Amino acid sequence: MSAHDHAELAAARPDFAAIAAWIPQGASVLDLGCGDGSLLRYLKDTRSVRGYGVEISDPNIVACIRNGVNVIQGDLESGLSGFESNAFDFVLLSQTLQATRHTEPLVQEMLRVGREGIVSFPNFGYWKNRMNVLRGNMPVSEELPYQWYDTPNVHLCTLHDFEGFCRDLDVTVLDRRVMTGSSEVKLLPNLLGSTAVYRFQRGI
Amino acid sequence: MDNSVGTVTAQRATFDMPLTFRSGAVLPRYELAYETYGTLNQDRSNAILVCHALSGNHHVAGHYAGDPKSVGWWDNMIGPGKPVDTDRFFVIGVNNLGGCHGSTGPSSIDPKTGKPYGAAFPVVTVEDWVESQARLADQLGIRQFAAVMGGSLGGMQAMQWSLSFPERVRHGLVIAAAPHLTAENIAFNDVARNAILTDPDFHGGDFYGHGVVPKRGLRLARMLGHITYLSDNAMADKFGRSLRSGKLGYGYDIEFEIESYLRYQGDKFASYFDANTYLLMTKALDYFDPARVYDGNLDKAFSAARSDFLVVSFTTDWRFAPERSREIVNALLHNHRNVSYAEIASTHGHDSFLMQHEHYHAVMRAYLDRVAGEFSS
Repeated sequence: MSAHDHAELAAARPDFAAIAAWIPQGASVLDLGCGDGSLLRYLKDTRSVRGYGVEISDPNIVACIRNGVNVIQGDLESGLSGFESNAFDFVLLSQTLQATRHTEPLVQEMLRVGREGIVSFPNFGYWKNRMNVLRGNMPVSEELPYQWYDTPNVHLCTLHDFEGFCRDLDVTVLDRRVMTGSSEVKLLPNLLGSTAVYRFQRGI
Repeated sequence: MDNSVGTVTAQRATFDMPLTFRSGAVLPRYELAYETYGTLNQDRSNAILVCHALSGNHHVAGHYAGDPKSVGWWDNMIGPGKPVDTDRFFVIGVNNLGGCHGSTGPSSIDPKTGKPYGAAFPVVTVEDWVESQARLADQLGIRQFAAVMGGSLGGMQAMQWSLSFPERVRHGLVIAAAPHLTAENIAFNDVARNAILTDPDFHGGDFYGHGVVPKRGLRLARMLGHITYLSDNAMADKFGRSLRSGKLGYGYDIEFEIESYLRYQGDKFASYFDANTYLLMTKALDYFDPARVYDGNLDKAFSAARSDFLVVSFTTDWRFAPERSREIVNALLHNHRNVSYAEIASTHGHDSFLMQHEHYHAVMRAYLDRVAGEFSS
């Protein structure tokens, strides 16, 4: 990938740049639900990470291999039993949290296998989503591109919800970045931000 | 056939340096039959070694002159434009030591006695094979393979290569394999061996001099093996409970289609395969266990590996189940090796690794494209 490709990718997926900003050079990274491996490739090129992805879909396995990243075919929902405790510096879950069924045990597993966890997810509390619901419809947007009947998203949440969830799980939030498009949102993030990225660790 | 490497010729390499087996036995001199496809590039960096499984040999792709039906056993994988693209790679197929297709084996003449080795041929291990293959690589001037690959017992050789000669393998492609056989697997092999060993025509392995072949034993061994290479579903789909004559015969002749199929496969196999080779191959499978000297710790066994890996398993393979491949993957992960793992949904059981399968071949192609991207052609 060229520097130009990286710039393009970072523009298309602002959460990638936010995640990369937290990851030091040479870190070890496990990317859960890694899709076509773009994030891992981006982190490999820009942060020289030693990384592995976990992915379930057949076409994505081929795409990851083509992208030059390590990918292990498997189902996140059946746990991360193949991975040793504290094996990674970071365990990532990019735009996948909301589509996991066993969200609570998965977050626990992330923090067993990794020193820190990073998740990004669409903020259901974003004002446009709220408007949709007020108007009487489930939101369909760039971040939530599915119809209610074909969505893989079973556990949508707001920033408040996620932070409450972390408190209940004794998970310490270390950092948060909220965005709409590629611009950071500081004011009323739960209302004005469409995407959230969190960095967290086990409670201390 | 399209995209075939076309007409191929088997070659033979002779080794005059004695080979000491794991068992302590010594073979003073031996030959290996092999085939090559494609062209070795200038810096000799594009070679792929293809290791065969129990009943395979060096004839991996293409066909022999005047015999278009003599198609190599992995022809769907290897050829111009195929996943193992012979326009880019120099591919080597080798008949393992102890084989019965041209390499020195039990049916070869022992120069000491002037008779076939028979029972005197040493028990061969996967390590011994890799050692002998490395000498072939030396003769061909290949210091490092772009990849060593194989399915089943061939996958075990690919793994062993990365452990015996870490610096000589850039990529190990381990397909439908396991880090060692389970007790159930060994049990199947032992029943197969017993079928051969108890055949009156076996003569303790020295049947050659008696002008007979332990066909009944070999046939039974193959029938049993064949069942374990298929899946319950594949057999049900292909044969179900179909009867050849359409009605019950109330006797012990061939009635069900599956019986007919298995006996046909058994007869075919017994007509060309050597019983002693079959015994050796199953023993090599049983003995393979790189973790053994590390008290069963596979992580430690793989600490020697330096190559990258692709590990592939098949959902309906119960002889070398996906969980067994995951053991390999986990050991590689724990050693921080670059590894990718694909679990292919296939109905064909263990035999899936030999089948034409779109996604499986897409995975292989993607990985091998990556391998090819690392050298200048």
